[in-house]
Amino acid sequence: MSLKQYQEVIINPLIKENPITLQILGICSALAVTNNLSVTLVMCVAVTSVVSFSNLFISLIRNYIPSSIRIIVQMTIIASLVIVVDELLKAYDYETSKKLSVFVGLIITNCIVMGRAEAFAMKQKPLVSFFDGLGNGIGYSIILIGVAFIRELFGAGTLFGYEILPLVSNGGWYMGNNLLLLPPSSFIIIGLFIWLIRSLQKDQIEEDDFEVSKHSTMPDLSKRELNV
Amino acid sequence: MFEHYLNIFITTVFIENIALSLFLGMCTFIAISKKIDAAFGLGVAVIVVCVLTVPLNNLIYNYILREDALTWLGIEGTNLEFVELISYIGVIAASVQILEMFLDKYVPALYNALGQFLPLITVNCAILGASLFMVEKDLLFTESIVYGFGAGFGWALAIVVLAGIREKLKYSDIPEGLKGLGTTFIIVGLMSFGFMSFGGISL
Repeated sequence: MSLKQYQEVIINPLIKENPITLQILGICSALAVTNNLSVTLVMCVAVTSVVSFSNLFISLIRNYIPSSIRIIVQMTIIASLVIVVDELLKAYDYETSKKLSVFVGLIITNCIVMGRAEAFAMKQKPLVSFFDGLGNGIGYSIILIGVAFIRELFGAGTLFGYEILPLVSNGGWYMGNNLLLLPPSSFIIIGLFIWLIRSLQKDQIEEDDFEVSKHSTMPDLSKRELNV
Repeated sequence: MFEHYLNIFITTVFIENIALSLFLGMCTFIAISKKIDAAFGLGVAVIVVCVLTVPLNNLIYNYILREDALTWLGIEGTNLEFVELISYIGVIAASVQILEMFLDKYVPALYNALGQFLPLITVNCAILGASLFMVEKDLLFTESIVYGFGAGFGWALAIVVLAGIREKLKYSDIPEGLKGLGTTFIIVGLMSFGFMSFGGISL
């Protein structure tokens, strides 16, 4: 295992192979928990630790798992890790755990965890799998924190609950954008993030499912004569 | 009595639509919605699995996991709620596997149509989410059947509608970077704003 490979598995998922914007993994929680930065941060830590450790443990026993029941074995490992996270949250940060409600439990079916276990940890050595989990967790966190930052700052004028843009209702000058406080707005923000990333990373642009036929009636604008 | 069940059904399908109001099952929702046929097949599979697993998990919660639930066995003072998640996911994974084998043996036509979607469903958070919300709402067994059907039906409705919109959009001229995934996200966002208009209706 060269140092370069470790670098690759951590750096690649950040933007290039981001789990949310390219692999379409782990979207559910990205939407429901992003209206408040501190809750989002807790969720990111939870997901990142679950995905790294599940990758580590699954990779440790990968040679002993019969392939016909591998999904159930993976599920059991992931579910146990999530239970640990859930109980820890309930014990030390009950408020946030209430706010996240079922979404902590839903980390089990967060496809990032399952997807990385299946695609990476089942084939690779433990340590490198751990770092792959870490990289993917951080890639997920970047998008989530970005969305939460925009939503909290422009929706409520606060960051981590501290006032940044004083709201009109509190005697300030900023009129909060209530649209951003509604959960569906995070879809649109993620959509715009994807646009941004794909404008920078041209290779991610999806091909059309069809070709424009040669006898298309569309006028060829480049050959148009200008009547000046 | 009938009205009560109808209320639960309408609420889960429209007001608390599992895909567009609670955002569950989003990964498959976005990944498998390119074509109406596939979306429809997946939708039906989700309905079937939801109807099976939500009532099953309801029984497990009420007769095994809940605080003091084991009194019918003569054991008192138990609270197994901490193994909730692992038991639900176990039930879901097992019933999906059994359903797959059953369909393969007895209803091959249906298996050919749904078969490829079934393994996907184990990791679909809509299913686990439906069970978790069922527990949070503290539903009775009969109510949970209706809730399971409503949740699955709502999800299926949403994915078929999204697939319809995406098929229509196939030939539109979209900016390069927004093609595919980007527009899909924005469409889902707009659909979900639409579904928010059902909010606040009390039945």
